Amino acid sequence: MTTDIPATAPTVLEVRNLAVEFALRGGTFTAARDVGFKLQAGRTLCLVGESGSGKSVTARAMMQLIDAPGRIAGGTIMLSGEGAPVDIATLNPRGDAIRAIRGRRIGMIFQEPMSSLSPVHTIGAQIVEVLRLHLKMDRQQARARTIELLRQVEIPDPERNIDRYTFEFSGGMRQRAMIAMALACNPQVLIADEPTTALDVTTQAEVLDLISRMQRELGMATLLITHDMGVVAEVADDVAVMYRGRIVEAGPVDEVFHGARHPYTKRLLNSVLKLERTSELKQASTAADPILSVRDLGKLYQPRQGFLSRRPKTEVRAVDGVSFDLMAGESLGIVGESGSGKTTLGRLILRIVEPTEGTVTFRPATGAPIDVRALDKRGLRGFHQQVRLIFQDPFASLNPRMTVRQIIADPLVVNHIASGASLDARVSELLSMVGLDPAMMERYPHAFSGGQRQRIGIARALALNPRVLIADEATSALDVSIRSQMLDLLLELQQRLGLSFLFISHDIGVVRYFCDRVAVMRRGKIVELGPAETICTAPEHPYTKALISAVPHPDPRQKRMRTRTRLDA
Amino acid sequence: MLGFILKRVLYMIPTLFGMSLVSFFIIQLPPGDFLTSLISAIADSGQSLDSATVAALTAQYGLDQPFYVQYWNWISGILFRGDFGWSFDWGQPVSRLIWDRMGITLFVSVLSLILIWAVALPIGIYSAVKRYSIGDHIFTLLGFIGLAIPTFIMALVLMYVSYKFLGQNVGGLFSPEYQDAPWSLGKLWDLCLHLWIPIVVIATNSTAALIRVMRANLSDELNKPYVVTARAKGLKEFTLIMRYPVRIALNPFISTIGWVLPALISGVTITAIVLNLPMAGPLLLRALVSQDMYLAGAFILLMSVLTLVGMLISDILLAVLDPRIRLQ
Repeated sequence: MTTDIPATAPTVLEVRNLAVEFALRGGTFTAARDVGFKLQAGRTLCLVGESGSGKSVTARAMMQLIDAPGRIAGGTIMLSGEGAPVDIATLNPRGDAIRAIRGRRIGMIFQEPMSSLSPVHTIGAQIVEVLRLHLKMDRQQARARTIELLRQVEIPDPERNIDRYTFEFSGGMRQRAMIAMALACNPQVLIADEPTTALDVTTQAEVLDLISRMQRELGMATLLITHDMGVVAEVADDVAVMYRGRIVEAGPVDEVFHGARHPYTKRLLNSVLKLERTSELKQASTAADPILSVRDLGKLYQPRQGFLSRRPKTEVRAVDGVSFDLMAGESLGIVGESGSGKTTLGRLILRIVEPTEGTVTFRPATGAPIDVRALDKRGLRGFHQQVRLIFQDPFASLNPRMTVRQIIADPLVVNHIASGASLDARVSELLSMVGLDPAMMERYPHAFSGGQRQRIGIARALALNPRVLIADEATSALDVSIRSQMLDLLLELQQRLGLSFLFISHDIGVVRYFCDRVAVMRRGKIVELGPAETICTAPEHPYTKALISAVPHPDPRQKRMRTRTRLDA
Repeated sequence: MLGFILKRVLYMIPTLFGMSLVSFFIIQLPPGDFLTSLISAIADSGQSLDSATVAALTAQYGLDQPFYVQYWNWISGILFRGDFGWSFDWGQPVSRLIWDRMGITLFVSVLSLILIWAVALPIGIYSAVKRYSIGDHIFTLLGFIGLAIPTFIMALVLMYVSYKFLGQNVGGLFSPEYQDAPWSLGKLWDLCLHLWIPIVVIATNSTAALIRVMRANLSDELNKPYVVTARAKGLKEFTLIMRYPVRIALNPFISTIGWVLPALISGVTITAIVLNLPMAGPLLLRALVSQDMYLAGAFILLMSVLTLVGMLISDILLAVLDPRIRLQ
């Protein structure tokens, strides 16, 4: 999005001393205070910060969209152009004046394109509505304009797709429709709240390209909210860093990335840059023997044939002929876009989902190799003690009605391994192993932050002394600074306990930091497998090249996405 | 869409078969049959039937046949000749007895359903949007009162009020002078005067329940991201609430037709007895008590059919309203 628009471009929106408060039962919570910035025509300001830093609330304040009990408690938001400047902060959130600005002078794009669009209205109907409302078009004009908009945002076959519903579109297509909707009335300001967070890297690159092209064509001022420093480096002209409700550092993108002054900005950049290379904690893996061998593993989903349905449905090969060896003490990364079959692969190995073809062989420390697919229920239980899973969502994967002690002790109790004092001792040991205070074991999960919860999940996975951990997007839900801490913890545990990891992730940076080798999956198949460094710097397969080049690079001086390789279909 | 409806109708056939079997089984469950209750009724009046007559009657009604033969005779009569059997108790064909009653029952039920929707929908929306406001609290209180009062008490109270203060003839559907008169404007007005009590009584309970359903559904939807998106477009608050969250919150509301309709038809028995309405409930009760098996069976079967029809209607409406259901 970086353009050649000079820093002297006219200011369209200027925020000064903005404060947003939430009246809660226990008093007032200030979500944002003393926030100030300006948006200039044709330029992009990125507002970055961790979850809870107040960036989304600030964005919503621009349109008086803060949900009760929140309210703008002070400051000004001056919108210029089109007659006399308006102070949005003083407008009634339910009034006509703010409604005339929403959607017409300021357009907004949200994070979740699935839930942010109505599932029961067609894409077209939702866009036509804005045109009819603000530009007073009649039905036919609005429809023609909508088709044109859809074509502009590169939705194929707009004449047909205008009458389709959101659930018939992919995530990227939905976000394109959302952009068309936000830009329908040629707004002066575009606010994009984490517009690409829910998307794959290649789709993210395309959507960011699109936003930047539309911005150039319409000369809009853009406010982009993100937590991803890579995206900031790729698209921002100016950056404002938000921390605990305040803007702690602001300036042109190059200045912030290369001359950060505030300690929080420095820390944030460090944790991002850390993930741009292999971890220093990482030691060359010396093991030679495979602990887990997967051969021609596949899962074929047969269509369920209703007795009256005429349409023949196609079979889906979620995982197709996957083979690899996981060495003892090694970390093998599995990367791919959503729908590539990487999560299913992890489940097939554990037989949470039953494979339809291929073999999985596990070699325990003592005794003969085990053919996992031939195991009966009891044998499978023994296998599950040695190969365990770490989940993605630290909120959904811990039972909120169980204490931390119960959660961690659960695998030990279920398998009749420990009870009483020895159980408590083991739970304390596990908690200190993952860097938590054993005194916390009586608390419930809600008392912990996302990072701490993920540590609890790891402690639970370690309870049975497993030899292999399958981590499915184990760090995706965490903020960047916590993400690298979590990876360091896993690395340390790996060396201490001699663990092997199968590390499933869509995040190339995380995989490069953590893994020895990487397998790239696409449409159920492994397209390339090799040492992590090679895959990330000199990939051979065209798909891997496209994937790697779409990853935003957190340095505004070396933008990667601009020169990215595109892969058609 | 047509395929969808056809499919649903075809799916109804095995369900109907199962229901007919179960309803025939149920009416055979109590010990004895119509003859035993007839014999005891005759014995009560001091007479007695000799065993030859009893045997002749048993053979005549087919009561000595095995279960499946009796079932086949019954169901084949209904399917092929529209013959629901003979009511022992009334000495008439069941079909002649049943259509009048069923017609009135359906009429009253549909009117009640319309009233329920007309009241519950706006109040439910209001309560969800203005949650914890004074108006919401008042409606919540009224709703719980509506849920808590037994229908027969409400029927008695309304009858008293209507008789004492409005000076109306109550009970039944018509005043005596119009009972057998041909249809006229006067008769229609008389019907309306009689009808409001049963409809209000029957509707109150379900209205209160549906207000709660609508309030809960809509409260969930109001905080969804697509509502914020609609607001960010600059839509008026009323328009956007009606167009987006209400539209989606209607789904469970419409599914309720499936259970409201049969509940109305069978649940109003007590009300119908108290108000002396010529509806299906009292007749079914009497048929069950006197073990008038073909009459009772026909009622149970027809109610099952109505339940299925209710489900079908709500499924079709859902498919019309929600593309996610229609297109899958």
